Amino acid sequence: MPLILDHVSQVYNADTETPVKALDDVSLVLPEGQFIGIIGHTGSGKSTLVQHLNGLMLPTSGNVYYNGKDIADKDFDKKDLRKHVGLVFQYPEHQLFETDVFADVCFGPKNMGLSKKEAELAAFDALRKVDFPTELYYASVFELSGGQKRRAAIAGVLAMKPDFLVLDEPTAGLDPVGRYEILDMVSALHKESGMTIILVSHSMEDVARYVERVIVMDRGKVAYDDTPREVFTHEKELEGMGLGIPESTRIARMLKGKGIDVDPDVLTVGEAADSIFAAVTGRNK
Amino acid sequence: MIRDITIGQYYQTDSTVHRLDPRVKLLGTLLFIVALFLYKNPAGYALGLVFLLTVIKLSHVPLKFITKGLKGIMIVLVFTVLINLFLTPGTAVVSFWKLTITYEGIGVALTMLFRLTMLIMGSSIVTLTTTPNNLTDGLEKGLGFLKIFRVPVGDVAMMMSIALRFIPILMEETDRIMKAQLARGADFESGNIVKKAKALVPVLVPLFVSAFRRAGDLAMAMEARCYRGGDGRTKMKPLIYKKRDAMAYIILFSFVVISVWIGRWSVISGFFNSIYSSFIPK
Repeated sequence: MPLILDHVSQVYNADTETPVKALDDVSLVLPEGQFIGIIGHTGSGKSTLVQHLNGLMLPTSGNVYYNGKDIADKDFDKKDLRKHVGLVFQYPEHQLFETDVFADVCFGPKNMGLSKKEAELAAFDALRKVDFPTELYYASVFELSGGQKRRAAIAGVLAMKPDFLVLDEPTAGLDPVGRYEILDMVSALHKESGMTIILVSHSMEDVARYVERVIVMDRGKVAYDDTPREVFTHEKELEGMGLGIPESTRIARMLKGKGIDVDPDVLTVGEAADSIFAAVTGRNK
Repeated sequence: MIRDITIGQYYQTDSTVHRLDPRVKLLGTLLFIVALFLYKNPAGYALGLVFLLTVIKLSHVPLKFITKGLKGIMIVLVFTVLINLFLTPGTAVVSFWKLTITYEGIGVALTMLFRLTMLIMGSSIVTLTTTPNNLTDGLEKGLGFLKIFRVPVGDVAMMMSIALRFIPILMEETDRIMKAQLARGADFESGNIVKKAKALVPVLVPLFVSAFRRAGDLAMAMEARCYRGGDGRTKMKPLIYKKRDAMAYIILFSFVVISVWIGRWSVISGFFNSIYSSFIPK
């Protein structure tokens, strides 16, 4: 079931002297099965945008449709929407509250009306999917490291078996190793179960490596909505939005500018290295 | 949902009232409240109301925001009015069952209604037009004389400003945690009161954890900046009285003196009393 945003606007503090337009006429179609990156500078409206996807916020004007139904309708079942669209907030470990990890992960599926046994099975499955260490299943959440807490919190949403998994800055505050572990795990989820992943980030590096579609937000509007390669051709404009392009792409383009025959559209360090290697060895022959 | 709470809410705009020294506003509120309790006849309250409305007009704060503060004490207000209406002894107007409304009761109830409403509106003007930081600065300086009695005014002011500073942070945090739990299917609205209270556990536990974490972080940051409390701390923006503050004091004092004089003046009070007693059947 696709999610459709039709001319959605959101205005904060509308009745004061300083209204803020957080979203300005955003129209998007988010079909199932895609791996989408939403990217934007701080204050570009990306966090506001994702809260519209599961009905936590309703648009001030415009409509959000799920499964053909307007989520703002009075008889719309928001709980059902939240089962299908799982939203992992920024610093999700701050939401953990149960005595142990396993009980916390069970919270979501239990709310969905599953029996204790079904909920526990779902929790077990989710914890396995996020590669959570088995020996810590019954540990207190205060004994965990930052990365482990993050995994536990993501598992808490995953246990509801959503069709869409929306992650708001899932790597914020983690070290580089922890970051790639989380992102690799999310990518594996997408590949194995075909789940739609919407990854919100301000880091081009994170997004470029994994996603098939990039939505660039700038001051509440959708600036670009395309494949990463296509979006990164707008280097100048992206810099104007405080974003820039991945380092490896930038280096490849600099080398290209110096007359070395590398592919200017590489996205990851690996691709850049291969392309540079090919160019150098090719020239040596 | 949580944003409806308006304790200590500040309304951001620029006006004469906003620019006044917080000490003027604090003392002004105090005097205004004292005056409200000194009036003996309607003329005093009318003057007070005119003064209040003028200040509101000058502050550029929409009346809607000020009356919003009244909603919170609506129950107290209704209760006070009803108690006074029914329980004041005197000449009966009507009586049914065990309840009697008296002429004196109507008078007292109306007086209380005016007093309380104006009291709340007057004090909300201060918080709406003064930033919390300014307010504590004003209190610290205004109550500075208590230092003679060894009251740690500076420390208390610091505690107050931290507490005030944390209100919006914790409200935002509550909002975020509630949303995060809603996203996991939590339900805060349905069910009876026990179920609703239980539903708050997933919000309160993370909220307390985060409050402690933030308090620890803040203590660390303060220590790292060598905060040791006590005397001799200087301010980046010290409070200095300006010309407009002197003007405000003059207006304020003259208003209080004049309105209390009129409000208690025997001639006027007698006039209103004669009208009032003409209603009471002999």
